[in-house]
Amino acid sequence: MQTPFFRVVYSILVKDLQAEFRSRELLSLMVIFALLSLLIFSFALELDRIAREESISGVLWVTVAFASIIGLNRSLTIEREQGNLDALLIAPIHRAAIFVGKMAGNFLFALIVGALLVPIAALIYNVPLLSAWLAVVLLLGTLGLSAVGTLLATMTAQTRTRESLLPVVMLPLALPIVLTAVRATTGILSAQPSADWLGWLQLLAFVDAAYFAACFVMFEFVIEA
Amino acid sequence: MNIAPDLSFSEVALEQPARLRIGVPRLLAALTALTLIGVGFGLYMALGFAKADAKQGEIQRIFYIHMPAFIGAFMAFAATTFGGFMYLRTRKAKWDALALAGVEVGLALAAVNLVTGMIWAKPIWNAWWTWDPRLTLEAIMMLTYAAYLVLRASISHAETRRRFASVYGMLAILLVIMVIMISRIKPDTIHPTVFGPSAQQARGTFELDASAGMSAALGVNMLVWAILVPATLIWHRIRLNNLIERLNALKARLADR
Repeated sequence: MQTPFFRVVYSILVKDLQAEFRSRELLSLMVIFALLSLLIFSFALELDRIAREESISGVLWVTVAFASIIGLNRSLTIEREQGNLDALLIAPIHRAAIFVGKMAGNFLFALIVGALLVPIAALIYNVPLLSAWLAVVLLLGTLGLSAVGTLLATMTAQTRTRESLLPVVMLPLALPIVLTAVRATTGILSAQPSADWLGWLQLLAFVDAAYFAACFVMFEFVIEA
Repeated sequence: MNIAPDLSFSEVALEQPARLRIGVPRLLAALTALTLIGVGFGLYMALGFAKADAKQGEIQRIFYIHMPAFIGAFMAFAATTFGGFMYLRTRKAKWDALALAGVEVGLALAAVNLVTGMIWAKPIWNAWWTWDPRLTLEAIMMLTYAAYLVLRASISHAETRRRFASVYGMLAILLVIMVIMISRIKPDTIHPTVFGPSAQQARGTFELDASAGMSAALGVNMLVWAILVPATLIWHRIRLNNLIERLNALKARLADR
């Protein structure tokens, strides 16, 4: 008998959250990296006030993308190293449920990092960043990154080059997500009328849906054997 | 006595292909000849037959190669997707050989597209490169398929390599289609569009004039660069792949002795 789909998803998510709550390994790595990245960008770009406001959305999304790569690598390598992935494969559960469960955890971590990043960036870049729409962009952007990232990290965890391969295979595929999210964020921050940036948000939602569907279907092919 | 089976070459031995003809198949030789003639004829159509563009002059002729090469690259990448899909369904190595051939040929044709575009852009846009959505698409597409090759190279187990490559090939075409869609829906580009309306701020737009032989030149080159060239190169690449596998099998047998 197969365990119901959503119970598997829930169990995997709870397991990941518990492990993270006990070790605090993943989130601390991601958050510290994200903060460093924010600082490095602000030095590297030598920003005055106007340049800061124009480039903050790009800095924000590049940082979120890289931080989520760090988290994804860790999250899937642990599964592989401890042999948990094999256990999951033996269990009478739907393969796609493993994908959704792992993705939910990765999504939550990326979202937490993003949610921490935005107020801090608002503070140190002195840009008003707090808006409900920005939360929507953050939600959709991290969702897309974790969908495509979970599939790719499951693949790269099984290769020889492991951690170093994920950025190379993931960044090109993350482009439509980062592109649309940056455009939407810029529109929201510069207080343009919503007609100008709502289209980017819709495109982002569409990209998310396409990636999620593709990864959901293809996940079973990357965890055979 | 050692009763454990010797697994060292089992993978290679299992995949040993049937005896191959070493020579070039006659049909492939004919196709190659046809393609070479086609490339020559296409160049004649582009450089001689079609009249020079009224506004841009001779430089516009590069377009007859530029756009068909992109379509050809897209065809090759579509072959990769099809090969990946069929591999996941049938698990026959030949479909993966098609997918790999598609990536390499597609990258070559994308490079033709990129270089011809840059040569055209220098006099028309006064820059080799701009960070325009269309140009960025080209760069990202090439990098994605380069990542495909890197992914393949870092997996030693043949079956896993084929499986992962198939999945990645299908994600990559999804990316390419989505970025093309985005660049069409949000046309903040200076790149001219020959079919369909150009963006308002497009620079270097021209009309195809059928009476000046321009449509004919495009048609011939489209046939050559979008169909004949990718098909011929992919076939040659698959044949090369088969020969490599045959060679490896023979080497393995020799080492076994």
